[in-house]
Parts: sequence; structure tokens; C-alpha cells
Amino acid sequence: MADNKGRSESVKSFDMDIEVTRYGKGAPLVLFYDEEALTLESPILGQLAAGHEVIAVSPPGFGTSERPSWIDCIDDCSYICLDVLNGLGIKDATVLGFGVGGWLAAEMAVKTTQHMSRLVLVDPFGIKIGGPTDRDVQDIWFLPPEKVHELKYADPEKNKIDYTVMEEDKLTIIARNRESYARFCWQPYMYNPKLKGRLHRIDVPTMVVWGDKDGIITPDYGKAFAAEIPGAQFEVIKDAGHFPHLEQPEAFMKLVDKFAGAAKSAT
Amino acid sequence: MQCWHFTEMPYPHLPDLENIDSIRVSLPNKYYDPKIGADLYERYLDEHMLADQLGLNIMLNEHHQTATCTDVAAPLAGSILARQTKNARICILGNPMANRADPVRVAEEMAMIDVISRGRLDCGFVRGVPYETFAANSNPTRTLERLWEGIDLCVKAWTSHEEPFNFEGQFWHKRQVNIWPRPYQQPHPPVWITGSSDKENIKEVARRGFTFAMFLQPHEKVKDMFDAYRSATIYKDPEEANRHIAYMPLVAVADSESEADALAEKISWYLHAKTAPQFRNPPGYVPVAFNVQALKGKYTGRTDAVRTRGLEYLKEQGVLISGTPDSVFEQIKRFHGLVGGFGQLLMMMQAGFSTHEETVKNLTLFANEVHPRIKEEFGTQVAAAQ
Repeated sequence: MADNKGRSESVKSFDMDIEVTRYGKGAPLVLFYDEEALTLESPILGQLAAGHEVIAVSPPGFGTSERPSWIDCIDDCSYICLDVLNGLGIKDATVLGFGVGGWLAAEMAVKTTQHMSRLVLVDPFGIKIGGPTDRDVQDIWFLPPEKVHELKYADPEKNKIDYTVMEEDKLTIIARNRESYARFCWQPYMYNPKLKGRLHRIDVPTMVVWGDKDGIITPDYGKAFAAEIPGAQFEVIKDAGHFPHLEQPEAFMKLVDKFAGAAKSAT
Repeated sequence: MQCWHFTEMPYPHLPDLENIDSIRVSLPNKYYDPKIGADLYERYLDEHMLADQLGLNIMLNEHHQTATCTDVAAPLAGSILARQTKNARICILGNPMANRADPVRVAEEMAMIDVISRGRLDCGFVRGVPYETFAANSNPTRTLERLWEGIDLCVKAWTSHEEPFNFEGQFWHKRQVNIWPRPYQQPHPPVWITGSSDKENIKEVARRGFTFAMFLQPHEKVKDMFDAYRSATIYKDPEEANRHIAYMPLVAVADSESEADALAEKISWYLHAKTAPQFRNPPGYVPVAFNVQALKGKYTGRTDAVRTRGLEYLKEQGVLISGTPDSVFEQIKRFHGLVGGFGQLLMMMQAGFSTHEETVKNLTLFANEVHPRIKEEFGTQVAAAQ
């Protein structure tokens, strides 16, 4: 766990206050963290912030962002987050999304890419690939928590989390994040039926990254996701689960740097 | 005080529980033998008919994907008993409104049962216990909102008689609602709602004049919740307010204390029904503050102590009422005093492996030896129309 000290502010979007936290200085890198907000506490944040200004946006119901009752899906969140990027005057940003944050970034990109020059989606949820009886995404709320943990990591033992030692304030954020996650993703389970037919609209260079040992959503799902986005490249990181940037930070940074360089020379 | 017989219609003939994670939600139905199931439905319905003959009322409920309760549609059992019983009031407690697809359909079903039974229906609505969110695939973070919107739509359907009405809520949209039949009772069957910890919700039940019911909780907690109801009741007469309050313990009556203990042990099977922890607390079902405690390992569901403590604790707390008729009457009187009174005694008199013969004896002893004394002590006045 890293002690990432950011500069937090509250940004008004429509009828709610949204939490935005900045780290480092440089070209803008907008970050939509994973459903467990683990990215915010990982050393990867420092690496991304070396040479970039990382701008982490907490979607409605996550972190300290408000969640009015009319917000009930990731699609709703995407409009709010676009408002935030408008308000902050973001342009030419690299946008990075992890897990549910990747789904959110994709929902934004199908509406407009005016704020972004490139998009990186890491093990995102968001679309339905198989038939009615196929479980594209393992049922994380039905399976025993220990089993879910095993599915999430290439090395489950190394990545155990002890919540009992955490401060009340932090646990309150975690519990609320979990509540919001369920509110937005319970049904349809982890996808928006409309998104698959909209992914073709993404018109910036896009990289989809997947952990080869992601047991929650497999690399096959990732490949199918990437195939819906014109020209998207698909990369697999070895010995990594659902959070490849946490389990294999070096391999992940290498991919991001290479992609940023390639995207730059292409433009 | 009104007294009601209740069984969840369990299917207890399960393989060794050591090898099973949960008898709710995920237990494969290959363990259900429909031939045994047919015999069980017959006896459970017979026991309800006996309750009717003995002058008791009947309570029904429903659950899904569980061996603890094979009454998967209370309106089905309710419609059978509406026709086959004569005098008993039939309380469906309740319709899991937050998990039902269409509240207007619920309004129709309840109206039909009310008409067939010639006005003997009490109609409960429940939010649904946590594990029901899996069977219904109902978003656990929104069940309370769905419950109230569903009730609003159902009551409006029961009470609108001139022309079709429009309803565009957050969860349901209907443009031309005009149910046939309408309920036998006017303005509508008595509405009951359950609760266990959310005081604001209980006060809302009270403000609407509905009956509030609480199941199987320690007496201090019961009093706290009953007091919350009384603090917001629309009934000026405290006795009338209490007639709109219901409590359910497990009940075992027998000729001797030891015989009653043996029966109580069998009935408490229900409390120990093995349920996987993640089914007891789906995300967002309880408020954030509760889940903070869960993350600390200090909260694993809603009824921990009741699930894990023995008969003596249950008896002391009033979760279990058991003994000889004399002793059972005294326990009811004591509990009534401890919680500030209540007017509806819902009795789980059958659960687990308690046999038909044991249940018949339990019902008969209660009806003949305890019920007359309850009527004398607490009166027989029924709750005022809502």
C-alpha cells in the first residue's frame, strides 16, 4: 500500500458535488479507478504521476462524491463525469479506466472523445458477449468472498486485505463504494445492453489490457471487448488477475508508455 | 388478542448438513422429492384447516429457492385456504412487494382471495429477507423504495372505483389501472408490514395506520421497535394502537415441560437453517454504518444472537414460548408486559421435523387450554379498519 497524497477538490456537476483528486504535474491523465478503489493506494499511482498530472475522478456514490437517487447505472455516471471534464477544461488527456472505471471510461468515450487523445481500458466490465446462460462475469455477490478473492488475483495470498485494522472513515468509504457498485451493476449484471452497439463510435487510439489470470472476466471477454472498438489493440499481461496494474506494475507501465509513444507518433 | 398459526411449510429431509454450504438459495433441488413434498403440502394445509376449526387464525408467507419454506407463492396457499376454511382470518405476511414484478397483479390476487373468503384476508407486504434478493434478482440497495412504491400502487388499485387511473412511479409505469374484482373489505383488507430495525420505516407504517409485525427478536429490541410504532401511531386509544402491533415467537405447548422442550428443540430447527454468509448480507441491503461493522467482522447478518444461542436464551428473550399450557400463558403475559403490549400473536407452531401428530397436539392444547385464557386476559376485539 502506498501513501499517495493528492490534492482533492469538490467539483459541481449538475446537482451534485463530485470529488476530484490530482497527483503530480504534467500532461493530463484522467483516471477512473477500479470498483474497490485499490488503484488510489497503489504505487502505480506514483509511477503514473511521474511526468503526468493524474486527475482521479470519483464517480457518483464513490469516494466522497454525492449520489442522488436518480443515478442508477454507469451510463448515468458517464454524463456526470463528462460534465466534470468539461468543467475542468480537460483537453488531450490520456484516459485510463480500471474494471468498473474502464466501463465508465468506455461509456464516456462513446458519447464524446473531445477531452481525450487516447484511451486505456484495463479489465473493464460493460458488455454482454455470450448467450443467456453464459456467465460472462463470475457472480461476485453470490460466490463465497474467499472464492471471489481467488478469482481476482494471480497470487491471492500476496494480495489479502485486512479490513479489521482500517480506520472507521476509510471503512465508511469502502462500504459506500460497495453499495454504489451494487446499485449500478446488480442488474443487468455488470453490463449495459446498449454499450456494445455504441463502442464503434470510439475514435481515439484505444488499448485494452487484460490480466491473463483474471478469473472474474476472462481474457476472451477482453478480446471480444477490444474487437468492438475500431483499431483497438489488445494486450495481455502475464501472471496477473483482474487488477494487472497492481500485480504486474512494471509490465503495465511498459505497455502504457509504449502505447502513449505510439499514439503520439501516429498523431 | 388475535392468535395465528404459522408454518413455513419446510422440507427438512435433507442430506447431511456437514456437506452443504447453505440450505437457502443454492441447495440443488435434486434433494427435493416431489412425492414427499406432496405429502408435506397436504399435512401443512390440513394443519391450517385444523387451526380454523379450533378457532385460530392462519398466517402464510413465502420464500424462494430454500428448503426452509416450500410455500413459494403465499397467494396460492391463501386461495386454497380461502375456499377450504370457514372462519379463520388469513394473513399473508407477506407479499414480497419489492421482489414482485407487478404490484397491480398482487392487488388482483389479494382482491380475489378477499372475495372468495368473504372478507377474511389480512394483506401483508414485506421488503423480503436478504437472501431473497438472489432468487428475485432484486437490487438489494433499492428494496425499501420498491416496497413503498409497490404498496402505493396496490392500495390505489384497491381503492379506485370510478375509472382507470394512471401511475408513473420510479419503478412501475401503468396507464390504465382498473382492477376486477375489487376487494370484499372496504376500503381494503387490513395491511400489515414487517420490520426489524429501521425505526423510520416503522414510523411510516404507523403514520399510515397499517399493522406492524416483528418476528423472533429479543424482547428489549421488540419493545424498542414497538415504542417507535406507538410514538407515531394515528390511533388515539393506546389499546387500539396495540391491536395494530404483532409479534411472532416460536410456540410449543405440551403436557409437560420436558415434552415441550423436545418439541421446541425441533421447531428451533428454523433458526439454525444453514445459510452462506454472503446470502445474509448482500451489498447495500443494510445501511453503510452496519456494513462498516461487517467489515470489522462485528456484524454478520440481522439475527446473530437468535441464531446461535440455546433454548434457555430464546425463552428468556421471548423468541420462544414453550411449556405446559399454564406456563405458556404466563410467558405470553410476561412478554406482553415487557414490550408494552401488542394485539396480534403470530405463532410459528411447526418447523423442521416436528411431526403432524405433534403439531396437531400443539395446536389443540393451545386452542383449548391457552386461547380461552388469552381471550379473557386481553379481550377479543379486532383491530379497527385502516
